[in-house]
Amino acid sequence: MDLTFSDEEIAFREEIRDWLRENPTGEPPSEGGEDAQYAWRRDWQRRMYEGSWAAPSWPVEFGGRGVTPTKSAIYFEEIGRARVPMPANVLGLLLGGPTLMVWGDAAQKERYLSPILSGEEIWCQGFSEPEAGSDLAALKTRAVKDGDDWIITGQKVWTSGAQYSKWCMLVARTDPDAPKHKGLTYFLMDMEQDAVQVRPLRQITGESEFNELFIEGARIPDENVVGGVGNGWNVALTTLMNERAGLGFVLQIRLRQLLDDVIGAARERGLLEDGYYADRIADLHGRCESIRLLAWKGLTDVERYGQPGPEGSLVKWLWSETNQLLTQLAVDVIGPAALSGDSPWSYELLRARGNTIEGGTTEVLKNIVAERVLGLPRLKAAA
Amino acid sequence: MDFGLTEDQREIQRTARELLAERARPERVREHAEAGSVDDGLWRELGELGWTGIAVAEEYGGQGMGAIELAILCEELGRVTAPVPYLPTVLAATLIEHAGSDAQRRQWLPGLAAGELAGAVALARGGEAPLVVGAREAAVIVLIEDGQASLAGRDQADIAVIETVDPTRSAGRVRATGEGLPGPFGPARDRALVALAAELVGVCDRALEMTVAYVKDRKQFGVPVGAFQAVSHRCAQMLLDTERARSTTSYAAWTADADGARLEEAAAMAGAMAAEAGRSVTASAIQAHGGIGFTWEADVHWLYKRAQVDSVLLGGTGSHRTRLAQVLASRPAAALA
Repeated sequence: MDLTFSDEEIAFREEIRDWLRENPTGEPPSEGGEDAQYAWRRDWQRRMYEGSWAAPSWPVEFGGRGVTPTKSAIYFEEIGRARVPMPANVLGLLLGGPTLMVWGDAAQKERYLSPILSGEEIWCQGFSEPEAGSDLAALKTRAVKDGDDWIITGQKVWTSGAQYSKWCMLVARTDPDAPKHKGLTYFLMDMEQDAVQVRPLRQITGESEFNELFIEGARIPDENVVGGVGNGWNVALTTLMNERAGLGFVLQIRLRQLLDDVIGAARERGLLEDGYYADRIADLHGRCESIRLLAWKGLTDVERYGQPGPEGSLVKWLWSETNQLLTQLAVDVIGPAALSGDSPWSYELLRARGNTIEGGTTEVLKNIVAERVLGLPRLKAAA
Repeated sequence: MDFGLTEDQREIQRTARELLAERARPERVREHAEAGSVDDGLWRELGELGWTGIAVAEEYGGQGMGAIELAILCEELGRVTAPVPYLPTVLAATLIEHAGSDAQRRQWLPGLAAGELAGAVALARGGEAPLVVGAREAAVIVLIEDGQASLAGRDQADIAVIETVDPTRSAGRVRATGEGLPGPFGPARDRALVALAAELVGVCDRALEMTVAYVKDRKQFGVPVGAFQAVSHRCAQMLLDTERARSTTSYAAWTADADGARLEEAAAMAGAMAAEAGRSVTASAIQAHGGIGFTWEADVHWLYKRAQVDSVLLGGTGSHRTRLAQVLASRPAAALA
């Protein structure tokens, strides 16, 4: 056991830290709403790309730096620490690109990877449907072959960034007669066609991070199938496995920063000496630290043994629960002012409710832990 | 950055697991618990193997290894709720070695390291400790009061043997006016807390293992009860609680040897989390075993009882969190994160 970083890793941390210091993002636009915010994030990604910092974990041949998982985690920690915005094409960088590197053919890698990195083409994820959430493989969106094309009809939901996207990672049913996991195919769908309609979903925070997609006879050329017809479930799993790999380190640091803000507010109000608050804050500090330790343990297990331990699901579960406890505690520490519209805590409090749902509900994560980590039997679901 | 054990450490863990699977089988633990006796043969063997002195410096007859190696052994002995005064002895040795005077070390450490003497540690008030684990066998007792430690040889202490909820180890009520340990108390207490937390991690790990095996096997409504989410989600929670305790305990053990500046914070976190997990995981183990879990023969109750006593031995979750909050309060805001 050695919980220190190597000299090389420390130097890498300094390098990204220096770059972030020399390249301030400036204030987010105060006018222009979500479109202006998005343009700002797109511009930010462009600058990261020009500094070769958009995706350091990507192999050098695809425009990355080919850094180790540890350095990549350091990179995400520093991105989080610097409180810079997420690059506009976060789904392309974290999910789409890595999925293509595993399953894409040479032509697809050549065509798609570079514009993902530069932010020139934005990606979104068309997995969930109104009737297929936790039970993703029950999805109904149909793909029917028509000459060299596939014709797509169906509906997708929770598609973040759809209104800005050029490409959608779309999973659709190509064989309705096959068992539900077998009849799926993974496509890259061009979003710039009339047959694809995007409607924003207003969430409990009032903003619209997510959308619904209505797809009525959209066309996808056969060359945009990824990983082969009927292999969509396996390709989708690659995407899902990548979903939290890097993001976990950003979230972990953001949680730490929020807790430091709460500790600061508690100190100002003399609440660190109050038994009730001291107990809750110490509990949250312990939770934050165990999330950090479990995240790093998961990563070093991958480096050492080539496969992740149970930490991935545990980290997401613990993080989401902790962020909810933390934002609720902030309201107690700060008092009613935390609930006013101009307090950042009112947003954090509401946004945290989504944490135990997005990217796998806590209930599904518990099923995954029970079945895949503890080896418990699975109750036969109703057909 | 590497959370794995070294090859030597894994060898210690493997050897301990194999030996204890043979020597501390559940029926044997039950026999000793029912008779209120120490497993003298096992205790002697642990001394001969050098386990009691694993973290004691070589100049005092120990093996001079670190907090991580000690934690490995505490975890393995906790898993089997071994009916020997191992934990109280290594806690006493830890406090004497890290807070004692040179004379105190010379007097007690060689015997404790060799397993020829047993020790004990307890929280006291007004010179009296109401529950001292291992008091019946202890040749030396370290009492902690008002953030200070003192020690008393058996001859200088008034010991009344008592029964506790955990009959896998002896206990007593002790009154003594000991001689103070002059060294800094905090780091010594923190090292002891890490060893205690490690035993609790072992207790949790075994409780989870027994529970998972049981709910896979036990059928109701025609299916293993572990297929029901009310049961399987409870097991998942047991794993999360165990892994949280394990990760912070490993970190604390590492800081004890490599990063003393963070030891107090890390040990307080590990102590708080292990005490909390010890209680909740073993309680869940009884619940998930259903009616069987409430019977004497099912053996899960030994783990629950061990966890109950361990989780208050050096102060409970509340006191560790209070100390942790003090560490946070005393730290400049910029030093966080």
